[in-house]
Amino acid sequence: MPKPSNAISSLGRLAVMAALAIAVPASAQTIKVAYLEGLSGPFANVGEVGLRHLQFFADRINEKGGVLGQKLEVVPFDTKTSPQEAQLVFKQLVDQGIRYMMQGNGSAVALALSEAMGKHNARNPDKTVLYMNYGAVDPALTNDKCNFYHFRFDADVDMKMQAMTNFMATQKSMKKVYLINQDYSFGQSVAKAARAMLNAKRPDIQIVGDDLHPLGKVKDFAPYVAKIQAAGADAVVTGNWGNDVALLIKAAKDAGLKVDFYIYYAGGLGTPPVIGEAGVGHLKQVTVFHSNIGGSRTVEMVEAYRKRFPDSRDDFYWTSIMVAVDMLTRSMEQAKSTDPTKVALAMEKMKSDSLSGETYMRDDNHQLVQPIFVSTFSKANGKDVKFDVERTGFGFKTDARIESKDTVLPTTCKFQRPKG
Amino acid sequence: MEFFLVTLLNSLSYGLLLFMLSSGLTLIFSMMGVLNFAHASFYMLGAYFAYQTSVYLGFWPALVVAPALVAVLGALTERYGLRTVHKYGHVAELLFTFGLAYIIEELVHLIWGRAPVPYRIPEILDFSAFSVFSTKYPAYRVFMMLVSVGMLGGLFLLLTRTRIGLIIQASLTHPDTVEALGHNVPRVFMGVFAGGAALAGLAGVIGGNAFVTEPGMAVSVGTIVFVVVVFGGMGSLAGAFVASLIIGAVQTFSVAFDVSLLTLFAKLGFTPDPQSAWMELWKVTIAQAAPVLPYVLMVAMLIVRPKGLMGTREG
Amino acid sequence: MADPVVEAVARAVRNAPASGAEPGLMHWRRAMVWAAVAAVLIAAPQVFNQGFAVSMLSQMGIAIIFALSYNMLLGQTGMLSFGHAVYFGLGAFFAAHALNAIGAGSLHWPVSLLPLVGAAAGLAFGLVFGYVTTKHSGTPFAMISLGIAEMVAACSLMFPSFFGGEGGISTDRVVGDKVMGVDFGPGVQVYYLIAAWCFVCMILMFALTQTPLGRMANAVRDNPERVKFVGYNPTRIRFLMLALAGMFAGIAGALEVINFELITAERLGTAASGTVLLMAFIGGVGHFYGPIIGAILITFLQSALSNYTQAWLLYFGLFFLVMILFAPGGIASLVTLHKPAVQTRLLGRLALPYAGAAVAGAVLLAGLIMAVEMFYHYETKREQVGAVMSLFGQQFDTTATGPWLMAVALLVVGGVLLRLAARPIGAAWTEIAAAVNRGQGN
Repeated sequence: MPKPSNAISSLGRLAVMAALAIAVPASAQTIKVAYLEGLSGPFANVGEVGLRHLQFFADRINEKGGVLGQKLEVVPFDTKTSPQEAQLVFKQLVDQGIRYMMQGNGSAVALALSEAMGKHNARNPDKTVLYMNYGAVDPALTNDKCNFYHFRFDADVDMKMQAMTNFMATQKSMKKVYLINQDYSFGQSVAKAARAMLNAKRPDIQIVGDDLHPLGKVKDFAPYVAKIQAAGADAVVTGNWGNDVALLIKAAKDAGLKVDFYIYYAGGLGTPPVIGEAGVGHLKQVTVFHSNIGGSRTVEMVEAYRKRFPDSRDDFYWTSIMVAVDMLTRSMEQAKSTDPTKVALAMEKMKSDSLSGETYMRDDNHQLVQPIFVSTFSKANGKDVKFDVERTGFGFKTDARIESKDTVLPTTCKFQRPKG
Repeated sequence: MEFFLVTLLNSLSYGLLLFMLSSGLTLIFSMMGVLNFAHASFYMLGAYFAYQTSVYLGFWPALVVAPALVAVLGALTERYGLRTVHKYGHVAELLFTFGLAYIIEELVHLIWGRAPVPYRIPEILDFSAFSVFSTKYPAYRVFMMLVSVGMLGGLFLLLTRTRIGLIIQASLTHPDTVEALGHNVPRVFMGVFAGGAALAGLAGVIGGNAFVTEPGMAVSVGTIVFVVVVFGGMGSLAGAFVASLIIGAVQTFSVAFDVSLLTLFAKLGFTPDPQSAWMELWKVTIAQAAPVLPYVLMVAMLIVRPKGLMGTREG
Repeated sequence: MADPVVEAVARAVRNAPASGAEPGLMHWRRAMVWAAVAAVLIAAPQVFNQGFAVSMLSQMGIAIIFALSYNMLLGQTGMLSFGHAVYFGLGAFFAAHALNAIGAGSLHWPVSLLPLVGAAAGLAFGLVFGYVTTKHSGTPFAMISLGIAEMVAACSLMFPSFFGGEGGISTDRVVGDKVMGVDFGPGVQVYYLIAAWCFVCMILMFALTQTPLGRMANAVRDNPERVKFVGYNPTRIRFLMLALAGMFAGIAGALEVINFELITAERLGTAASGTVLLMAFIGGVGHFYGPIIGAILITFLQSALSNYTQAWLLYFGLFFLVMILFAPGGIASLVTLHKPAVQTRLLGRLALPYAGAAVAGAVLLAGLIMAVEMFYHYETKREQVGAVMSLFGQQFDTTATGPWLMAVALLVVGGVLLRLAARPIGAAWTEIAAAVNRGQGN
């Protein structure tokens, strides 16, 4: 026999939701930047890191008086890391009159958002929205599926692979390379790009294995490691992230496998503490930034971030958000307007004084060009590995720096530019 | 040969871990008819409790404390949750465990965060036990196998040599008769549920640091354990044991086979059109499909023999 | 052999009301109900006219078809499926490719009839998988459906040319010329298309319950042995019901493609199958309209709750558990429960006890929300915006003891009050039960 309490509780919940809705403060005259990320569920921690970064840089701008006399206001939205949900969220921010949005986790969400934004902007030229992508790295976003209002501030898969293989080509002792990737579009494109670029740059390197395993389903990587061992590989290239990379490295260490791992996301959240000692010396990642690239401004920024968020135990990681906020505010000042179309026309010609070196926006596909670093997981020593990651005692040490000009790739992008 | 031996050992350790999980589930499933969706959550809680205990007391106490805590939670779940919904039937029970799994995951997110926790193998076990040609075999995996085998032996003795074990065994095959004989079946249920949860918790203690302790770990083993139980057959611990080893071996060994339908076609002297839309299907290798194979096996088994490998009754 | 699942479903639906009204009156009443449903469908976007609201209404329409199609299995035939999203998803993918073909000019087909493509795909896969799975019932069926769902989900990532990888298949619903000013660009036009399909599907699925097949499905659910005795083949009936359920799921999938202009593989995964199960169960599988309520409520909670609180998953889970523990027949059963009170004209007698319980529940809920929100704030937001949070228009310091004590106090007081409030409710029901007995005695 049902008790009445449940019917009442659902009614009560609705009432509370209404109360909460009223409790949201109405703010006057701010420039709202929507932040669209999974803020609940399994990937919420990743979304929160980006949110901290955005808040951090928005605060810095606001401390200096904001932009054009207005403050930046970050408005977080939960996409639940689902493309469909992201489209709904996009409708909401349009309803609320928000004109700027930022997202970066998950190319599926990015493609859906870019598409939804493209349709919206075409149908409502007076209510355009501008999209700053800080980390979704599918090359299509700045190639076949590019959009004038989409700007990417991270380097895409192919650019990073270009940098990685440039570095690998200099490793004379490397003879046999093993590819292991997650069986979905990102992993498949990593495998394909690695094979093609290695063949072009070092035809003598033999690809001794090319495995695809389902995403996030493998519990025990020991059999894969046994296979890598049997193939006699001396380097492994993988686009794996999260547990798929941590488990792989752990299994390799257990089996005493001595190879170098070339990885896209090793510094990602929660991965370094799990890898720990197992990765020291043979874990190489390719990124646009890490805490130990040097320079006094880098040190200052890393320390300022740690001071602002002492308990989160994460680190300043997304230079792409820093550059995005910088370019956004300066484009607004230059255009003397907060209209996304005018801002976009200014932004596509922007240069930024970033931490790593020459950084500028490409106007033919709106991809940021910046140096890329190959670095090795090492013990923090206070000198060339000054900062560790996530307070683990391990950090990254730069092996090579690939200059901006060497990361530029041809694009197939052809977008319609609106009239300024 | 080296590869074969190493993979055999790996498959054995993985299979035994699966059995630790599935033995509790099969007991619960067979006795109470409940497909306990939260079983893997108890595995996860075992790992997290062990992590927390090892921070304060070290790994060895955790080996006892964590499963005990999980057993208490299991008993509470049965007493105040499942017993309440029992009268509404098995769908409600199943959905209750489904909802519970959901809440446990969210609470784990809140308490320990969404990133993995640094739950490590104790240093005393962190060395390689022996080498198979050039491959080292870690001592911790040997330890895992020992714990699993020890647990298997203990369970066997409990079920065959004690009175309570006989009642449990009888309940597995003839639950109604046992009730008719005047045994307190609800209390047996609670005990079995707590015991099953403790076994899952123990698996968590030793699996959590061998792999990764993170909030997704429940989901990642959850369905596989179902597969083992259904494949092995209702009401059969022996079936669950054999099924665990088979599924463990299938998942581990299939990784080695880079054979696809394309290879088969080539042997038969037939070359499909490379532009064909089916090309992607022909190119899938057994290695690539490895984690799907258990489901294929389960579906095939259920179609041919709905009782499962060694099951005594259907459904 | 009594299969637990079959038995359980039978028990869940046994209390379904038998219409006692005269046939003529019943038809008239039914026509009124359908007219009211149509009126609501037409009026809804006029009331909720923002872009997001219209989109959510469209989603609800899709969810209604999907949940009703699921209930053809669970509620009507007693088949617990963990893989119903497979038909939804596959229908959607075929519809998406068809829509792209229409856009490319290689297929001539009106967009408004795209759901027929989804229906055909859903039906085809329903026939294929149904043939394999419906040989069994009960738990083996449930497990096979789970296995097939896992296999299809795994395949969806392995074959990017058909499933589009993680990005899915995106399309453009605005193809060809406007037909009478309609090109499905604006969200409202899409809503009315979905509403029309939803209405038609609801009528069809309801009509199906009145056919011999629908009646025999109920019999298969309640007692498959007896079905065999009267000369029907339960396997065949399960097979037909699954194929038809697959067809309606395919329609819902195709509408989803039109609504989002995108379909990704997550839509055919086990999580999506779990969601539709929740919708049907929370709404109530024992009544035809139960899944409709569930679909509307769950869609609303999923989309709206997450805007207000980060903890929505936890609330959602708790709500679900409370429903199972206290109202396992779903919301529809709560409605049915009050029928005797209405008939005996004693509904008013319940008002005061219910109001008391509402107050107690509100106190308990306030305590719960306060505790949960403060916990979430402390764990995730403290560093960004400081320890102080605003809730119910008040400021609370999540690092101080006071607010925490207050939350606990609210929880305790609410719990005690609810206990106390339960007594008058029990008394009122006893009175109603007595009245019903007297009525029957006369």
